[in-house]
Amino acid sequence: MPSNDEGWLDAEAGPVVRPYALTRGRTRHSGEAFDLVATVTATQTRIADPGGLGPEHFSVMQLAQVPTTVVEIASDVDLPLGVVRILLADLRELGLVMIQAPVPMKAHQVDRETLREVLHGLRGL
Amino acid sequence: MAYGGYEANSGTAARRHRAIKILLAGGFGVGKTTLVGAVSEIRPLRTEEPLTESSKDIDSTAGVERKTTTTVAMDFGRITLREDLVLYLFGTPGQERFWFMWDELALGALGAVVLADTRRLADCFPAIDYFERRDIPFIIALNVFDGARRYSVEDVRVALDLDPNLPIIMCDARSRESAKEVLITLIEHVLYVTDTPVAHK
Repeated sequence: MPSNDEGWLDAEAGPVVRPYALTRGRTRHSGEAFDLVATVTATQTRIADPGGLGPEHFSVMQLAQVPTTVVEIASDVDLPLGVVRILLADLRELGLVMIQAPVPMKAHQVDRETLREVLHGLRGL
Repeated sequence: MAYGGYEANSGTAARRHRAIKILLAGGFGVGKTTLVGAVSEIRPLRTEEPLTESSKDIDSTAGVERKTTTTVAMDFGRITLREDLVLYLFGTPGQERFWFMWDELALGALGAVVLADTRRLADCFPAIDYFERRDIPFIIALNVFDGARRYSVEDVRVALDLDPNLPIIMCDARSRESAKEVLITLIEHVLYVTDTPVAHK
């Protein structure tokens, strides 16, 4: 049983800052939507003019120094996907990251060669 | 890796990252996260989305109309098959009411695995319906829990009213080999389905 003087701000209590406060209340970003597995790549190693950017933007930039997917960034920075998308859109607008959509791989679009490659890869694991 | 050349090379689509998305669906507690963990090269990552929704009859606190905040979690794993060919495995949120999350996941998914527990077979009906309606190829993997009564694959096929060509396999979600076999079966099925252009339901 939790007592009054301990543990009321543990992970179970949720974040101290409401997640969408980081995005100044925005729940949608400008620009086109990007896929969960779109690749994010930082175009710069540092942010020259931090302007209105917060520490979370920096964390995202850090992770994107090597090409990383949107969903992996969300998991690593431990922020909701919706929030991460807005942070990414901010960075993209400033030209600090590039977001590249994956090649579409729906069942009826994907070529057989790729499917065989996948099979081969799985068998070799 | 020459990522610096990305912008200049944007015209060469062949160099783009090919991401295969596979969904893993099934009832709550059926072993989705376990299966993701068994094959993923990274420990299953988890991403969450807080939701504010008006509570309808769900979570019914007897007539109390209020807003509730819930978190939808989604597990995912990654398997790098080649430098430019990566398979992402998404464990879908188990509760039915979070299915709107699936629509985003299902977008561009190559196929799906419906993980089922023979003791609670009905739990996977909604997932089967979902993939059938969206024409997403899927297979059924029966997670054989210790001590669970084993039904024959054909019993399960009849119980689920499934097409005779739809693969149903037994698996052990904890085993890497078994999880690999599940994925291989799915990809073979996708090859089969895309090879037969006649209407697949």
